[in-house]
Amino acid sequence: MSEAPMIAIEGLSKTYASGFTALKNVSLTIDRGEIFALLGPNGAGKTTLISIVCGLARASGGRVTVGGHDVVTDYRAARSLIGLVPQELTTDAFETVFDTTSFSRGLFGKPPNPAYIEKVLTDLSLIDKRDSRIMTLSGGMKRRVLIAKALSHEPAVLFLDEPTAGVDVELRRDMWRVVRQLRDAGTTIILTTHYLEEAEEMADRIGVINRGELMLVEEKTTLMRRLGGKRLTIELAEPVAAVPDMLAPYGFEISADGRKLVHSYDASGEGSAIAPILAALAGTGLAVKDLGTEESTLEEIFVGLVGGKS
Amino acid sequence: MNALSLNIHAIRAIYRFEMARTRRTLLQSIVSPVLSTSLYFVVFGSAIGPHMNEIAGVSYGAFLVPGLIMLGLLTQSISNASFGIYFPRFVGTIYELLSAPVSPLETVIAYVGAAATKSTLLALITLGTAALFVDLRIDHPFWMVAFLLLTAVTFSLTGFIIGIWADNFEKLQLVPLLIVTPLTFLGGSFYSIDMLPPFWRTVTLFNPVVYLVSGFRWSFYGHSDVPVGISLGMTFVFMLICLAVISWIFRTGYRLKR
Ligand SMILES: Nc1ncnc2c1ncn2[C@@H]1O[C@H](COP(=O)(O)OP(=O)(O)OP(=O)(O)O)[C@@H](O)[C@H]1O
Ligand SMILES: [Mg+2]
Repeated sequence: MSEAPMIAIEGLSKTYASGFTALKNVSLTIDRGEIFALLGPNGAGKTTLISIVCGLARASGGRVTVGGHDVVTDYRAARSLIGLVPQELTTDAFETVFDTTSFSRGLFGKPPNPAYIEKVLTDLSLIDKRDSRIMTLSGGMKRRVLIAKALSHEPAVLFLDEPTAGVDVELRRDMWRVVRQLRDAGTTIILTTHYLEEAEEMADRIGVINRGELMLVEEKTTLMRRLGGKRLTIELAEPVAAVPDMLAPYGFEISADGRKLVHSYDASGEGSAIAPILAALAGTGLAVKDLGTEESTLEEIFVGLVGGKS
Repeated sequence: MNALSLNIHAIRAIYRFEMARTRRTLLQSIVSPVLSTSLYFVVFGSAIGPHMNEIAGVSYGAFLVPGLIMLGLLTQSISNASFGIYFPRFVGTIYELLSAPVSPLETVIAYVGAAATKSTLLALITLGTAALFVDLRIDHPFWMVAFLLLTAVTFSLTGFIIGIWADNFEKLQLVPLLIVTPLTFLGGSFYSIDMLPPFWRTVTLFNPVVYLVSGFRWSFYGHSDVPVGISLGMTFVFMLICLAVISWIFRTGYRLKR
């Protein structure tokens, strides 16, 4: 059992009643205990994918299992394993924080356990608000309430659909901390986000989805290495008209104002040319103002991937 | 949890949630039936009643009671149940129910159970208020309670269907206003259908409310417009129709799932 993937999605497709096809033959497996980040622009199909796994939408084709249980035919077993934090802030208004969290636990078939609920509220810094009505909370706190509800029944899989949208830096850090704690406790986590730094920071694996197609799934480190070029930028004190002859063999580009020389290279490559470049640079006798290297961020990788298609 | 066992914790969670909603609005929930019952008795019982003949051996005031209770029971069952399921759809909190390991049967038991509980309580309050105005007699208390519960459940099921079908607040009000209220008023709540000309009597027999009111009134005074067995049978038929519609709703995900 522990060998089987936590989530197996096979050939999933979804065409809405409007005729719009939001998912096209998506296949994906997610292992136990991993943090998987699903990235994609607005309307890519992230929420649709999550909705089908969680039972909010019906698939038009394909099959999904969670913990080995089919989400349609064996929905009770499958859904018992899942906690969902939806993208939209939808909460009751008149219930208290404690009551709404206890309600969720019951809904998922677990006997009452006030001590556990208190622990969840404490972890999410909500314990001071336990008897407050939800409508009196700020947006960020409501977001935490949704997370508390999702965690109330001790799910093995947690879906976070853009958990940090519209959330301040501090709360975002808090959430990352909670997510790490959950991962350490063995929870499988699938999150969607537009904050690429979030995926970079949190995820073990990253999937990129665009226009309903899963374009790539990769270990984060591999992805960074595979697509992550580096750049060496030489800033000159005085502008030059052209790339000096001595640097020409290394493939430099020159900025429009002639003050910057940029060399792109593959960080994973063995024979990086940095040392010979520096030697050649000294040979040119140019006055160097500054020198720096930078890695491409996931954002650039992402824009490169998605940009090519749209 | 095997396939046959019920998710009792979920049923209890939903039921308690719904009853908490009822408690929050308890005062207005109780005030309105007490007030409207009193008004009916002031207008029909005291002002008009003395000018009316006895019907089937009971005073007009006493004759009114079962019909009034039914009127409240139908209206309350439908509005409680339809609101209970419509509201989470409207604000979006329905996502949690849809993503939970809760079967259609459990959902219906919890929502319909809570709505029927509330409307039955209000019916009993109406009965208590009525007892202050007229001398009541209940010949068949067991059947009185049975009709009360059956009707509460059946019309809470109807309300549940309306709450899923409605996609705005107007529609939520439409069915009770345009269908239920006329059917109740024309269903012999305030008169015996024996008092109608033969043609209209026949038309009336297509009105489901006639059977409910008739059976319910029989449990009070031992007199009915239509045989009690038929009343009971018809009530079950309406209930089965509602259950069939609901099972279709869940099978197709109608207005619940995208
Ligand atoms: N109920 C619906 N009926 C018709 N089309 C829909 C429905 N829900 C979503 N869509 C469409 O399906 C596509 C995918 O939507 P989805 O919500 O899955 O995107 P997303 O990746 O979550 O986007 P975002 O980052 O903006 O949340 C969009 O083009 C959207 O307009
Ligand atoms: Mg989305």
